[in-house]
Amino acid sequence: MTENILTVKDLSVGFQVRGKELKAIRNVSLELHDQEIFAIVGESGSGKSVLTKTFTGMLEQNGSITHGTIDYKGKRLSDLKKDKQWEGIRGKEIATIFQDPMTSLDPIKTIGSQIAEVIIKHQGKSKSEAKKLAIELMDRTGIPNAADRYDEYPFEYSGGMRQRIVIAIALACHPNILICDEPTTALDVTIQAQILELIKELQREYKFTTIFITHDLGVVASIADRIAVMYSGEIIEVGTCDEIFYNPRHPYTWSLLSSLPQLAQKGGDLYSIPGTPPSLYKDIEGDAFAPRNPFAMKVDFEAEPPMFQVSPTHFAKTWLLDPRAPRVEKPALIQNLHERFEQTLVKDNQLDHDVKVEENLEDEEHDRK
Amino acid sequence: MTVNKKDVLLSLRDLEISFGEGKNKFVAVQDVNFDIYRGETFSLVGESGSGKTTIGRAVLGINPTSNGTITFNGTQINKKLSRHQEQDVSRKIQMIFQDPSASLNERATIDYIISEGLYNFNLFDSEEDRLQKVTQIIEEVGLLPEHLYRYPHEFSGGQRQRIGIARALIMQPELVVADEPISALDVSIRAQVLNLLKKFQRESNLTYLFIAHDLSVVHFISDRIAVIRNGRILELAETEELFNNPLHPYTQALLSAVPIPDPKLAREKKLLVYDPKMHDYSVDKPSFVEVKPGHFIYANAPEEEHYRQLLDKQAQGVN
Ligand SMILES: Nc1ncnc2c1ncn2[C@@H]1O[C@H](COP(=O)(O)OP(=O)(O)OP(=O)(O)O)[C@@H](O)[C@H]1O
Ligand SMILES: Nc1ncnc2c1ncn2[C@@H]1O[C@H](COP(=O)(O)OP(=O)(O)OP(=O)(O)O)[C@@H](O)[C@H]1O
Ligand SMILES: [Mg+2]
Ligand SMILES: [Mg+2]
Repeated sequence: MTENILTVKDLSVGFQVRGKELKAIRNVSLELHDQEIFAIVGESGSGKSVLTKTFTGMLEQNGSITHGTIDYKGKRLSDLKKDKQWEGIRGKEIATIFQDPMTSLDPIKTIGSQIAEVIIKHQGKSKSEAKKLAIELMDRTGIPNAADRYDEYPFEYSGGMRQRIVIAIALACHPNILICDEPTTALDVTIQAQILELIKELQREYKFTTIFITHDLGVVASIADRIAVMYSGEIIEVGTCDEIFYNPRHPYTWSLLSSLPQLAQKGGDLYSIPGTPPSLYKDIEGDAFAPRNPFAMKVDFEAEPPMFQVSPTHFAKTWLLDPRAPRVEKPALIQNLHERFEQTLVKDNQLDHDVKVEENLEDEEHDRK
Repeated sequence: MTVNKKDVLLSLRDLEISFGEGKNKFVAVQDVNFDIYRGETFSLVGESGSGKTTIGRAVLGINPTSNGTITFNGTQINKKLSRHQEQDVSRKIQMIFQDPSASLNERATIDYIISEGLYNFNLFDSEEDRLQKVTQIIEEVGLLPEHLYRYPHEFSGGQRQRIGIARALIMQPELVVADEPISALDVSIRAQVLNLLKKFQRESNLTYLFIAHDLSVVHFISDRIAVIRNGRILELAETEELFNNPLHPYTQALLSAVPIPDPKLAREKKLLVYDPKMHDYSVDKPSFVEVKPGHFIYANAPEEEHYRQLLDKQAQGVN
């Protein structure tokens, strides 16, 4: 399964802001494997959205690729300039779902017609065929009584249902790559969990590759095959889901894991990363995380670390992996993660759960007057 | 934290809140009963549209109530109050909003934004006194006095939320309604804001009515939790009790949706789905009953019996 569908090499992206250059992406390389779920995590402003916007040529006017290449199925995406050149790729082969479903839906068109429109445009189907396919997709994404709800407007749908429709529209083009940019951040836990399940399920069925962006590591544990951690425009660690959770190597990844509220001691404080990320207008000297890193060594302030290989699938950009570095253990808080959670889970399951486990995604009506 | 159980700060009884009239009447919240003790963090959790904000706004006097009582410090507050009472209540109950950007007046300086309540209620002796109060609070929320003369857009999301907190806390409130105060924030900033809220609670015995949809955060911060669905409280218990012994099938479904940040367990996890049709309330009518000291649940007689048996069975298993 390690055939690559997208390859990014030494990519840098800059924005012109009032005569100054903001370096949003610095020398990022990554390989996206066919049909995997690839998660990108990192705090706000680390460059998650900007990086993936370059895959569909969606950078704002003031931004541009200043260095590096993006290759997708024999096409050099980083060379495409005009919107016309992107036609057939953006939205069709590589589609994006954003956080707020309302911004992607037209409030004055019916739900059904918005899906059908895409099917007609991208698959060249007739109107009646498109309607049939649209209803099928609505059904697949868990909209109850899809045929009846075809003619409803976005405001008649709940937030979770609207997000399902956005997913349905994205899938209507049979994309090869689906980029999900924080698709569940605005939703409540129940709906968030359902959307995650849905993406996993549809991915198996439609065999596309998914990029899943979030700032919450906890959300991706169940769905990611691999995880990349970004910090101030760089990928500082990448590995399989298990490697990132059970054997993280970069101190920033340690901090992200430590901030999980699930790990906090009742009555104590939550772990919070001291300091702030560096300014993106300046060149970064040494390791970008050094000023906030309690484990920083002298070299971290002087020289940029290379990507060290931990395993065939695991890489981290930290001097701690240099053979000359002292041996540093990850913080106690994130050691034995699995054992710790296993214990709490046993505790939570003491009572018989008499709830039916079944796919029942119906948004039932308010059972009130 | 030791909470004096006897000291009830806020008490809601048979609360109903409806919007619209006649056949357009929509009952958003009904039969809500709970007490909040001084010094505790009481959380409301439940899906979007369940009525959490509506309850919070009723406590603040923004939403009118259509039935029941809200009692604060022994005085009913959801009725016509004297001017003096009203001033007193609106100082002592403060609110922290979800979206720090939407809730701050973009054209006012931070100094003015934080002082607004002091001006409105005449809570300072002199300009010097006011400035001293503002300077003190801004330092306590981790900002600098030099920030006072800047405008909201010059601050990050986390800093804006601190400004919102400073503005509420300078009033020296007794109760703070925090409606999704951290939902818009990044993981690392989220931790700072939560730690800040806890710090103020420790120092001034503040009471929080905390509203959030992130149950892992709620687990961490709350003393007690009420689970609400479709405007009705379905279960209420101390935090550990609720997480260890969730009784109501809706609570169980809700807890099953909380992400587990552990790949092995997360992959095995089963999502439970709640089907309200499972309850047969045609003959036996449900009510809000206490099945164990401090653990309340919305159930009819047969269900109550069933829940008690579950708890017994569990107690035996532990012994
Ligand atoms: N059009 C633009 N002009 C100037 N700066 C920009 C522009 N778009 C993004 N940036 C900057 O680039 C950096 C990376 O932004 P990006 O949106 O990728 O962050 P992110 O990791 O997606 O954060 P979040 O979690 O908040 O969505 C930020 O510092 C941002 O302010
Ligand atoms: N002013 C209003 N007029 C009419 N209906 C309202 C009004 N305010 C709230 N509602 C309705 O009352 C119900 C409860 O809304 P509320 O905002 O309290 O939910 P919530 O639990 O806070 O949800 P969320 O998690 O999405 O914030 C919803 O059905 C909502 O549409
Ligand atoms: Mg983003
Ligand atoms: Mg709300």
